Amino acid sequence: MSTVQTSMPVRAAAAGEPSLWSRLRTSRNWAALWFMLPAAAFLILFLAYPLGLGIWMSFTDERIGREGVFIGLENYQWLWDDAIFWLSVFNTILYTLVASIIKFAIGLYLALLLNRHMPFKAMIRSIVLIPFIVPTVLSAIAFWWIYDAQFSIISWSLIKLGLIEHNINFLGDSNWARGSVIFANVWRGVPFVAITLLAGLQTVSPSLYEAATLDGATNWQRFRYITYPLLTPIIAVVMTFSVLFTFTDFQLIWALTRGGPVNATHLMATLSYQRGIISGRLGEGAAIATAMIPFLLAAIAISWFGMQRRKWQQGSNND
Amino acid sequence: MNKFTTDRRSLLKGGAGLLAAAATMSGDELLGYAKAWAQTSPWKPEPGAKINLLRWKRFVEAEDVAFMKIVDAFQKANNVTINVSNESYDDIQPKASVAANTGQGLDMVWGLYSLPFLFPSKCVDVTDVADYLGQKCGGWTDSGKAYGMLNGKWIGIPVAATGGLVNYRVAAAEKAGHKEFPKDLAGFADLVKGMNKNGTPAGMALGHASGDANGWLHWALWAHGGKMIDKNNKVVINSPETAKSLEYVKGLYENFVPGTASWNDSSNNKAFLAGQLHLTTNGISIYVTAKKENPQIAEDMNHAHLPPGIDGKTRELHLGFPILIFTFSKYPQTCKAFTAFMLEPDQFNPWIEAAQGYLSHFLLGYDKNPVWTADPKTTPYRSVAQSASTPAGEAQMSENAAAAIADFVLVDMYANYCTGREDTKTAMASAERAAKRIFR
Repeated sequence: MSTVQTSMPVRAAAAGEPSLWSRLRTSRNWAALWFMLPAAAFLILFLAYPLGLGIWMSFTDERIGREGVFIGLENYQWLWDDAIFWLSVFNTILYTLVASIIKFAIGLYLALLLNRHMPFKAMIRSIVLIPFIVPTVLSAIAFWWIYDAQFSIISWSLIKLGLIEHNINFLGDSNWARGSVIFANVWRGVPFVAITLLAGLQTVSPSLYEAATLDGATNWQRFRYITYPLLTPIIAVVMTFSVLFTFTDFQLIWALTRGGPVNATHLMATLSYQRGIISGRLGEGAAIATAMIPFLLAAIAISWFGMQRRKWQQGSNND
Repeated sequence: MNKFTTDRRSLLKGGAGLLAAAATMSGDELLGYAKAWAQTSPWKPEPGAKINLLRWKRFVEAEDVAFMKIVDAFQKANNVTINVSNESYDDIQPKASVAANTGQGLDMVWGLYSLPFLFPSKCVDVTDVADYLGQKCGGWTDSGKAYGMLNGKWIGIPVAATGGLVNYRVAAAEKAGHKEFPKDLAGFADLVKGMNKNGTPAGMALGHASGDANGWLHWALWAHGGKMIDKNNKVVINSPETAKSLEYVKGLYENFVPGTASWNDSSNNKAFLAGQLHLTTNGISIYVTAKKENPQIAEDMNHAHLPPGIDGKTRELHLGFPILIFTFSKYPQTCKAFTAFMLEPDQFNPWIEAAQGYLSHFLLGYDKNPVWTADPKTTPYRSVAQSASTPAGEAQMSENAAAAIADFVLVDMYANYCTGREDTKTAMASAERAAKRIFR
C-alpha cells in the first residue's frame, strides 16, 4: 500500500532526496495512524488498561480502601485448593455448555420458523425479541417469584391440578436450582440467537432452494446442504457471543440465588464479586476473574478456528 | 367477626398513640431546638458544607420519615446541605467500598454490621463524638463499644441495631406444647419439631441472606461453645463444639418448611405474613407490617430472644448499623455534629419510637423509651444490644471478621452439612480452610 504515491514526485525529485518530514507528510500510513489514534486510545483506556490492572491486582493482596503489595501467585495458590472455587468453575462450564446448546437448538428452530411466510410476520418477529429487551434484573426478579419456595406459580398450578403434593424446591435443591437458572438464562438468550440466525437465513438466495427442489431434494437435504453451510459463519459469530455472554453471566444468578443453595449456582463471575467487592478482597476477586480469561480464550478459539476456517470461505468446496 | 373488629380498633388506637408520641416535637419546635443545639455544640459545621450521606433503605416507613425530619432540622439550623441517598442492604457495601477506594462521592455512610472495619484507615476518628454521647446518654453497651472501636479509637458510631429475634405464632407454639417460649436449646429444638408435626412449620434462612442467615447461625455456633476464631484471631472452627452445633442445626433444618436453603433476607417475611411460616428469626418488621396489613397475624404473634447456650449465656449476632465519616470528606466537623445531633435524646427518642422496635439502641439511657413498654411485644427488642456480639465473637472486631461474614463462611458450612452435601468433618474442614484464607 505504501507504494501508492499521491504527492507530486516531480518537485520531490527536484529537491533531491525527500526529507523525512516530507516523506511522512505524504505517507498514507502515517496519516492512517493518526486517524486510528482516537479509536486506539479509547480501546486502551477502557479495555486494555482495566484488563491489565485486573491481572496485576490478582498478583497483589489489595483490599478495598488500601493499596496491595505484590504477593506473586499466592492468590492462585489459595484458589488452587479451594473447593468452592472449583465448584464455581464446574458450575460455570456446566451452565455455559448446557445453556448454549439449548439456546442454539431453540434459536435455530425459531429462526427457521420465522423465516417462513406467515401472517403478521413483522409483529411476531418483534414479539420474539421481548425477553431480550426486558432488563435482565427485571426478568430475574420475575423468575425469582416464579421459583419462590412458598409462592411459586408453577408449584401452585401443579398442586391445584392435583399433579404434585408439595411445593417444588426450585432454588433450594442443588440440581433444581441449576436447572432453574439455566432455564431462565435460556429464556433470556434465545431471542438473540434466533434473530441473528434469522438475519443470516435471509441472505441465503431463494434460487438455491429452487434448484434443489427441482433436483428433488428433501427438506432435510435442503437444510443440510444449503442452509447449514451458508449459515456457518453466522453461527460461529452468534455462538461465540452467546458463549461469552453466558460464561460471564452475573446479574441473573445474583438476583436469583446469590450463588446458593450451598454454592451450587455460584459462577466464577458471582464468586469473584462476592470475594472481591462484598468481602473486600480485591486481589482474590481479581484472581478469580483472571482465571476466567483462559476459558474465554479457549471458547473463542474453538469457535473461530473450528468453524470459520472452512475451505468454502476461500471459494472452494466444503468437504 | 365482632371480636375481630374490636381487636383491629384497639390496634389502630395503639398505632395512633405511637404516631402521636412520635410527633410530640413539631417541625418548628425541632428547628428551634436544633438552632439552640448548634450554638452549644462542640462541633462547628463548616459554612456552606454539602454532605453526601448514604444510608440503607428503610424497612419501616415512619422510621424514614422521622430520620428525614432530623436531617431537615439540622440542615436549616446550620445552613448546610445533606444529600441523603438510599440503597438496599446488599448495595450499601459495594457503594461504600467504591467511595472508600476512589476517595470521593460520599462523606458519610450509615451501613450494616462492621462496615467501618472493612476500611478502618478511611474512617475519621470519632472518639470525641462517642465520648460525648456516652456521657450524655447513659453509656455504651459492650456490644456498642465492640462495634465502634478499633485499638481504643472509635472509627464509627453504632447508631442502632435491628435485632434478629425469634418471631413466632403464639397459637402454633402452644399447640406444640410450649405455653412459654423455651428457655434452653433442647426446648427450642422440641418446639420446632412439634410445630412441624402439627403442620405449622418454622423456618430460618440457610441461603446467602446476609442478615437472617448469618444471625441465627452465629447464635447456633456460639450457643454450643463453638468459635470461628479465638481471642488472638486464630481459626478454631474445626472443633467438637462446632460438630455439636452442626448436629443441632441439622435437627432444626429437617423440621423446617422446605426451601430455606434458598432463602434470602426477605423470604421469611413474605412466608410469615402469608401465614405459611410460624416461627423464624427476624427484625420487628414482620410485626410492624402485620399490624397494618394482617391484624390477625399481629395479634397471634410474639417475639423472644433465642435460647441461651449450654453455658447459660445468650449471645446473638444482630444487625448493627454503624455510621462512619470518610477521611476524605471536606466537612468532618459537619459530619461529626450531625452524628451527635442524631443521637441526642430529643432526636433519637422520637426516631426509635417511629421505628416501632426496628431500631434498638446501643446507648443504655434509651432503655427508658416508652416504645419498649407500650406494646409488650416489642419489649424483647429493648435488650438487643445487651445480648449482641460482633461477628468476631471474643476477638477484636476486624476487617477479616467482616470479610468472613460477607463471604458466608459459616452459613456455607451449615448449609453444606444440612443439605447433605458434606459430612461433619468435611464441612468443618472447608470452613476452616475458608476462614484461614481470610485470617491469613
